[in-house]
Amino acid sequence: MPEIRVTPLGAGQDVGRSCILVSIGGKNVMLDCGMHMGFSDDRRFPDFSYITRHGRLTDFLDCVIISHFHLDHCGALPYFSEMVGYDGPIYMTQPTQAICPILLEDYRKIAVDKKGEANFFTSQMIKDCMKKAVAVHLHQTVQVDDELEIKAYYAGHVLGAAMFQIKVGSESVVYTGDYNMTPDRHLGAAWIDKCRPNLLITESTYATTIRDSKRCRERDFLKKVHETVERGGKVLIPVFALGRAQELCILLETFWERMDLKAPIYFSTGLTEKANHYYKLFIPWTNQKIRKTFVQRNMFEFKHIKAFDRAFADSPGPMVVFATPGMLHAGQSLQIFRKWAGNEKNMVIMPGYCVQGTVGHKILSGQRKLELEGRQVLEVKMQVEYMSFSAHADAKGIMQLVGQAEPENVLLVHGEAKKMEFLKQKIEQEFRISCYMPANGETVTLPTSPSIPVGISLGLLKREMAQGLLPDAKKARLLHGTLIMKDNNFRLVSSEQALKELGLAEHQLRFTCRVHLHDPRKEQETAMRVYSHLKSVLKDHCVQHLPDGSVTVESILIQAAAHSEDPGTKVLLVSWTYQDEELGSCLTSLLKKGLPQAP
Amino acid sequence: MAAHLKKRVYEEFTKVVQQQQEEIATKKLRLTKPSKSAALHIDLCKATSPADALQYLLQFARKPVEAESVEGVVRILLEHYYKENDPSVRLKIASLLGLLSKTAGFSPDCIMDDAINILQNEKSHQVLAQLLDTLLAIGTKLPENQAVQMRLVDVACKHLTDTSHGVRNKCLQLLGNLGSLEKTVAKDAEGSAVRDVQKIIGDYFSDQDPRVRTAAIKAMLQLHERGLKLHQTIYNQACKLLSDDYEQVRSAAVQLIWVVSQLYPESIVPIPSSNEEIRLVDDAFGKICHMVSDGSWVVRVQAAKLLGSMEQVSSHFLEQTLDKKLMSDLRRKRTAHERAKELYSSGEFSSGRKWGDDAPKEEIDTGAVNLIESGACGAFVHGLEDEMYEVRIAAVEALCMLAQSSPSFAEKCLDFLVDMFNDEIEEVRLQSIHTMRKISNNITLREDQLDTVLAVLEDSSRDIREALHELLCCTNVSTKEGIHLALVELLKNLTKYPTDRDSIWKCLKFLGSRHPTLVLPLVPELLSTHPYFDTAEPDMDDPAYIAVLVLIFNAAKTCPTMPALFSDHTFRHYAYLRDSLSHLVPALRLPGRKLVSSALSPNITPHEDPSHQFLQQSLERVYSLQHLDPQGSQELLEFTIRDLQRLGELQSELAGVADFSATYLRCQLLLIKALQEKLWNVAAPLYLKQSDLASAAAKQIMEETYKMEFMYSGVESKQVVIIHHMRLQAKALQLIVIARTTRGVDPLFGMCEKFLQEVDFFQRCFIADLPHLQDSFVDKLLDLMPRLMTSKPAEVVKILQTMLRQSTFLHLPLPEQIHKASATIIEPAGESDNPLRFTSGLVVALDVDATLEHVQDPQSTVKVQVLYPDGQAQIIHPKPADFRNPGPGRHRLITQVYLSHTAWTEPCQVEVRLLLAYNSGSRIPKSPWIEGGEMSPQVETSIEGTIPFSKPVKVYIMPKPARR
Repeated sequence: MPEIRVTPLGAGQDVGRSCILVSIGGKNVMLDCGMHMGFSDDRRFPDFSYITRHGRLTDFLDCVIISHFHLDHCGALPYFSEMVGYDGPIYMTQPTQAICPILLEDYRKIAVDKKGEANFFTSQMIKDCMKKAVAVHLHQTVQVDDELEIKAYYAGHVLGAAMFQIKVGSESVVYTGDYNMTPDRHLGAAWIDKCRPNLLITESTYATTIRDSKRCRERDFLKKVHETVERGGKVLIPVFALGRAQELCILLETFWERMDLKAPIYFSTGLTEKANHYYKLFIPWTNQKIRKTFVQRNMFEFKHIKAFDRAFADSPGPMVVFATPGMLHAGQSLQIFRKWAGNEKNMVIMPGYCVQGTVGHKILSGQRKLELEGRQVLEVKMQVEYMSFSAHADAKGIMQLVGQAEPENVLLVHGEAKKMEFLKQKIEQEFRISCYMPANGETVTLPTSPSIPVGISLGLLKREMAQGLLPDAKKARLLHGTLIMKDNNFRLVSSEQALKELGLAEHQLRFTCRVHLHDPRKEQETAMRVYSHLKSVLKDHCVQHLPDGSVTVESILIQAAAHSEDPGTKVLLVSWTYQDEELGSCLTSLLKKGLPQAP
Repeated sequence: MAAHLKKRVYEEFTKVVQQQQEEIATKKLRLTKPSKSAALHIDLCKATSPADALQYLLQFARKPVEAESVEGVVRILLEHYYKENDPSVRLKIASLLGLLSKTAGFSPDCIMDDAINILQNEKSHQVLAQLLDTLLAIGTKLPENQAVQMRLVDVACKHLTDTSHGVRNKCLQLLGNLGSLEKTVAKDAEGSAVRDVQKIIGDYFSDQDPRVRTAAIKAMLQLHERGLKLHQTIYNQACKLLSDDYEQVRSAAVQLIWVVSQLYPESIVPIPSSNEEIRLVDDAFGKICHMVSDGSWVVRVQAAKLLGSMEQVSSHFLEQTLDKKLMSDLRRKRTAHERAKELYSSGEFSSGRKWGDDAPKEEIDTGAVNLIESGACGAFVHGLEDEMYEVRIAAVEALCMLAQSSPSFAEKCLDFLVDMFNDEIEEVRLQSIHTMRKISNNITLREDQLDTVLAVLEDSSRDIREALHELLCCTNVSTKEGIHLALVELLKNLTKYPTDRDSIWKCLKFLGSRHPTLVLPLVPELLSTHPYFDTAEPDMDDPAYIAVLVLIFNAAKTCPTMPALFSDHTFRHYAYLRDSLSHLVPALRLPGRKLVSSALSPNITPHEDPSHQFLQQSLERVYSLQHLDPQGSQELLEFTIRDLQRLGELQSELAGVADFSATYLRCQLLLIKALQEKLWNVAAPLYLKQSDLASAAAKQIMEETYKMEFMYSGVESKQVVIIHHMRLQAKALQLIVIARTTRGVDPLFGMCEKFLQEVDFFQRCFIADLPHLQDSFVDKLLDLMPRLMTSKPAEVVKILQTMLRQSTFLHLPLPEQIHKASATIIEPAGESDNPLRFTSGLVVALDVDATLEHVQDPQSTVKVQVLYPDGQAQIIHPKPADFRNPGPGRHRLITQVYLSHTAWTEPCQVEVRLLLAYNSGSRIPKSPWIEGGEMSPQVETSIEGTIPFSKPVKVYIMPKPARR
């Protein structure tokens, strides 16, 4: 029985460390290869030994697909490909391919240079790893090998985020990665056609949330920032270097321009400039507005937003700083946070989701005293605000996508178990399809019944068409033909053609049957009687009386002969080919009933 | 589309068929031309290969064919069709047949038999489809002939089983266009061959080809448009199509559902999976709302648009569209809108911590949450934040329409509209501002909403700002802080964009007159008066100060206590402004002052009636004119014209009518004067000088008639007849004058013929109105037409002369509403002494900003003329996008005119003015042949003449010689 097997190595009932193994039609695909923000030990990377303990991964995996450049989706990639060892193709979209190494390098720097970790991947490894990446365009069908093909759809989450359809034969799986069903200031909404996959693997970060309209969120955000700045306070916005940051930048930039504000806006870390450069280049991946106006002005060329220098954090006066990383777990954002946390005029705005265990998560859950490394205790006096700007689909959006793709099964990943439970129940109830939510390392097996395409020859089809009415979807039709299985494909052809192709001679298969008739007359007369009887009974068939005394009905031959022993009995020899079996058997039973008495 | 369909819904299911007017063949002028058909025949016979034949046919298709020769051409084409083996040539012939059968004045029933005949023998699917198209053309040409229609429907049904989607498509189209209406079905019910067209079409809703499915739905819609009442059973079929894989099918299905919902709004349909039942219109509304989150934006636009016109929907469904039922971690959450409202109503709005309480509240029962299919839930929330601005605009429009019909919904959608003011696409912002203006009488803005609205005043786009000013003109503000905020923001706007001056003043005028009680407490602050200190007198020329005064004075009009708060200089400024900006500053009843103007202004309304009566009386007096002696009549006319002109100046609402009638009378006066000339009594050669006067009169009458026809909006066809009649008289006069002043007969021949053609044209155009023109010039002329056709020019002239003298003065019926088109150029103001310098040979762009009043279709008629000092004139056609439509009857032209000239030695002025282009030929109905081919776009846009309708503005320019 063919089946699809899915095993999450990460992101199963969890957020972070996305890594999902899919076996479909005998092909093994790894979806995403991310790291976990909440851990700094071995648990931060997926356990690749699950795939194989010995031997190279290349032998076990046909390809790796990276949905977008966030580290929880691609952070383990150099470790996986260079340190564990994988040489097969890694598919990602072009923006992801461009921006991914910048983030990996940043991640490496924090881990190695700041925390002094040993046995971490090196810059060279990142480069080598990226050499294995193959760029995929939107809606381009990439043939990984003869049977496996993948296709990318727009996902909207960040620049270059994509959903992937993995298809082997008629079986297919769609992996959404992270996606957003509502457009924002710089990206459009996710979109997929009615591809009706066997399985849809969807993220479920906001499984239990239905969000307010984005316009209110935007206005809220601007108002908060504006007020703090007018009060003379400083605003810290921890962001992932890329993604939300650009949206918020565009938002603040236009607002600053409109309101003619003077307070400086800074963007920390040098990597941003480089990344911003890519944002300027990948205009086709942005939303309608930016695509339409970039000829006049590229929205990513900011006028008010400048690069941040460490010294600025201590300078007086209001300012807005975007700093990485987004969950306040390390790096510059944490440093600035420490400096500003003591002043109640200041404000930190968390624009997205925070994983458990990060400082961000702690302050959002209301903790006002934080224990930092070295037993220091930091008292948080500054205002802590949470604005849901993270570009994940909310419950409605997930349902909308499921509705659009019309899958046979749904599998939830990238979310918390409790929330998934709710969504799972909703999906099963409203779409009446089964829904799974495996934990990490747990395997889901889906039996599939793949449809097998059979080619039919045109001649045969036309012949059948000519016989009857148009094909009707609701009614089954009987078709005579020969099924040829050859070279791993199936064809339905007419029997003549099949014989010709296979170089076989046609065998005539005839059924013959003797019917004894009690009739003392001569053979000719008997034949004549049979003829007139059949003529009267079988009105819509062609009944002929041949000169040699035999009778034919269509291609069925009837001959009358005298019985060798009993002249009073005539033997009717009925003979027909197997194609006329129906008529032949009907005829014999008719004859067995005997002829009507002569008048 | 929606509006169109809607019109159909509310119409009675009857049909008015306008019959083509029959031509009277005997009076028609015909020129002999070589026969078309003969030439075609020769060409086709010459053709050696199919490609050749195709070329000939293509060439042939470029020229129109007269109605008389159509039949011959058709015969030849058919003859060739039978012989032709190449399907592409047959295809072209089939398409030509269709085109030819559309020719006006040709009855295509004669070729129908042939067409059906060839259809039966045709094998190629493409040609079949084209032939069906031809049959459709024939069928639509003969809407009255039931037999033909029945026959064509039979043909269509027969070919419905064709394997090609194109043929099935055309068959369905044919059924949709010609399928018999219910009336006839009932009549023929006893016959066995009754076909239920709806059922046949409905069967193809499940065709395997999406194009055919679409065609089937379209055919159904066509049936509806033709007046057939669709069965309610279609609703369920259409609902199934909503989940079709193809967007065009879904899009059409949405329309169909909408149509059915309008036909059977009150029917009850069951809700699947429960035993409840709801009204059909509510169910359809829910379904269409669901389509607002469809995967294809085409469908989303369609759905959002249609939502706007579903007014019968129950209000609780309607209000769901704005409610998304937020939740966070399974707990019910309130929207920011709700929170803002609560804060506001609890009076805490300006407290320190504003946005703190968005924490989710009560737990939600997980079983009760319905994530999809919750009907209309949040449809507009989704629509308004759609990715494509087309969808957002459609959603805003729909909101507007629904809000106009439901005040409670208007109140609810306000928050969303206000949010749309911050959309990233300008068009959407503009649209939402306009929408807000349209529903403004249903709403009152809260302060926080006003805040968001006013923030848009800083927008750099002029259109947005002006739209916002318009909006503020008609909004209701709830508090005095609101008024103050609005004033402050408007003044900020004024300093930032000084060009907005007029618009801001106007805005403040309305703001003041709408909220007198709210302005009252603000007055001391606004005028910066102090209880016991005298403050400095503000600068009278400061636009900001004027703006404040405009607000206050308008508020003071209905608030008699306000003037007590004014200081002395305010009164002086009032007097000054009342004179200089009388349109902005109303007359006030000020204590202790004699009001000259106030005596007049409040009493305008009671006086209106007498002035109208006066107008009527003076016109009636004139129309009894024919009995008076010429001298007296001339004087009477002169007096009346003078009266009317004065009346027009005094009473702006009667200006259109007065001007219109005065112009007509002036034409009549000119005609009488011309006919009174002595030249008519004396031998021709002696009167060169006087004839000058007569020909000048003729020319002037022509000009005036063009003005009457094209410069007034609201002119109806009965006026147009009279105007044309007057013009005809002028032409006759011209002919006579020329006849008398030129020697020789040859030029006269041509002119006479041309004149007679004009008469013929007049007759054809206004045949319906001829009975009203008893005893008129043209009436007599037409009586004598056969004689005129055969007479010599000299005789014609003589007849014309006598007729012109005998003809009576036609009564000009006054139209209900008539307005003279006018234009004012706001920019360039023509005041600048600094010449616009530019290098000769290069161009300089001059910004032109003008308001147009009562111009119909300004996009095609309004032109800008630039007159250089050397007499060179240039006409510039502004782009259609340069015209804005800020209100009914008003247009605004904001465009750039490019000037260029060779070098001048010193600066000089060029004149810029606006012209109204006209083309009297545009009233002639066009033949379908011309429309079908794409050959003559210039025919439609051609300009016959122009009328200047704005005061010229002088612009100082200086082209400098180029430096080498």
